[in-house]
Amino acid sequence: MAPARPSAWRTASGQIGRVLRIASRDWFALAGTLIYLALILVAIFADRIATHDPSEILYTGRYRIARNLPMSWDHLLGTTHGGRDIFSQLVYGSRSAVVVGLTAAFCVAAIGTLLGLLSGFFRGWVDTVVMRLADVVLGLPFLPFVIVLAALTRPGTATIVFSVAVLLWPNTARVIRSQVLTVRERAFVEAARVTGCSTWRILFVHVAPSILPLSFLYGSIAVGWAILTEASASFLGFGDPSVISWGGMLQDAYASQAMGRGAYNWFIPPGLCIVLVVLAGFFISRGYEEILFPKLRS
Amino acid sequence: MGYVGQRLIQAVFVLWVVATLCFLMFRLMPGDPTLNYIDTSMTEEQRQNMLVAFGLDQPLYVQYLIYLKNLLRGELGNSFLQGRPVLELVLEALPLTVALTLSALIVAYIFGVIAGAFLAWKRGSLTEGVAIPLVLATRAAPEFWLGMILLAIFAFGYGWFPSGGAASAGAEYGSEWERLFSLDFLYHLLLPALALAVYLQGLPLLLMRSTMLEVMQDEFVTMARMKGLSEWTIVIRHAARNALLPVATAFALGIGGSVGGNVVVETVFSWPGLGRMLVTAVQGSDYPLAQGAFLIIAAVLVLMNLVADLLYGWLDPRVSHGRKG
Repeated sequence: MAPARPSAWRTASGQIGRVLRIASRDWFALAGTLIYLALILVAIFADRIATHDPSEILYTGRYRIARNLPMSWDHLLGTTHGGRDIFSQLVYGSRSAVVVGLTAAFCVAAIGTLLGLLSGFFRGWVDTVVMRLADVVLGLPFLPFVIVLAALTRPGTATIVFSVAVLLWPNTARVIRSQVLTVRERAFVEAARVTGCSTWRILFVHVAPSILPLSFLYGSIAVGWAILTEASASFLGFGDPSVISWGGMLQDAYASQAMGRGAYNWFIPPGLCIVLVVLAGFFISRGYEEILFPKLRS
Repeated sequence: MGYVGQRLIQAVFVLWVVATLCFLMFRLMPGDPTLNYIDTSMTEEQRQNMLVAFGLDQPLYVQYLIYLKNLLRGELGNSFLQGRPVLELVLEALPLTVALTLSALIVAYIFGVIAGAFLAWKRGSLTEGVAIPLVLATRAAPEFWLGMILLAIFAFGYGWFPSGGAASAGAEYGSEWERLFSLDFLYHLLLPALALAVYLQGLPLLLMRSTMLEVMQDEFVTMARMKGLSEWTIVIRHAARNALLPVATAFALGIGGSVGGNVVVETVFSWPGLGRMLVTAVQGSDYPLAQGAFLIIAAVLVLMNLVADLLYGWLDPRVSHGRKG
């Protein structure tokens, strides 16, 4: 498909364009993209959509906290045991999901891509070091590591994003590495070498663009993992208590015995939101996979 | 030296690095390590004795060597909240976690393998179109949320099952085995295992489905068709057997993964296993116990990764591990 010397970045942008066009053809990818779009819009306009201040304690009368109200027009999803509006919390929770998901995905994709590129391109001792590092990371239990790290440092979003990035890069790096191993033998890389390009130029201008779609693929999977991890950590009480998140809402519901009272309006919506967003990541990556690895399509 | 030896050395190496990381995480955090590591309610003399016993009066590298030596001897210190040896506590919790993990995994894999093979057979049908997103949704759902729903419906709503714990109040048993196989235990196990199984079944299902689809296009399946064997015989005797290979590997990896991942399910159901022990230890700043639980979880994970690799080579002779055969 490549002409004698393609402008590497043009092929890269072409591939990204192709990745975006998938959405119009694949039903799964379309659904996933729409969910992501909706999430981002809700996060941006959270203050307009929310009907109440999500952390304000509401009162029904003088000194009477509006506890456990059922669903109504005033409180679309009712109120929590602490007298806060559930719908507004749900809306604001999207912000923390976007922040955690996107920053963690970016870190995972960046670290994984860089290490995969280096180890696949230079091979030798660089490869050995990176791959042994990956072995060690795969030997670290995921959630326990997040918990211990959160407890020893400062519980909060940054710790969670950091641990997700530290723990999830090996999968990305391994796939990128094997792709680089084949790309580096291709004619256009050889041509660049012959015309006297420096090693780093070959690596970042000629090799890197052709594996960028793979970084996107693994980044989109990491979004879901990061949000799930944040939810689990918040549920266990290692999240940032000052930030409203879906995991934090579930912890609040669990701690206030919402299940015992059958307050489905409280603990079902945050979980559903998590499922939808993580599912969107799965859908998008499925669509990409079929385009990136056409062998799967039959 | 062979592949097995190489893989063993790699596992030991990983364990050593994880243990070292653990040492650094718990000792090099800001603040006085003695405050982290030693109970504040001790008398000064006790504190000094502990300091010497753990070598905390020595420079860091000596401390590290003592730590490694203690680890090799299974000496993990005493929990400060419970005052008992960490190893003892951890070994008490481990069977409960293993029971939960294994029962959930077995149910999940039996269901996943059958449903996966079925969906491969039904490729392109409406059933598949509905089932696949549904399966993906169970993989996307937080385990603790599934647990909360099950609790709300079956424990609080209908009152069919207990809402937590691993035994009824006052239950006593002659031995650990008797306890693990008592009806009361199974009754408590059912809901948490179900929550975990719902989460876990997606992986074997999708794996089974995709490898079945691959295998069904292989030459030996065509050959079987040409021999005039029935579709059923082909699916069960020929395709499924070969498709089971990656599923078996995933099962081994699943054990390692869920012993660590059980943390949230154990917390939701107050299941007194390793994961919940880790969480309560961390919350109560019981550092020796937290460190011990973390190390055991990591050791199980590394061990199961090793088993999965060896199992794969053993089950599939085509994997020659780099040797030309």
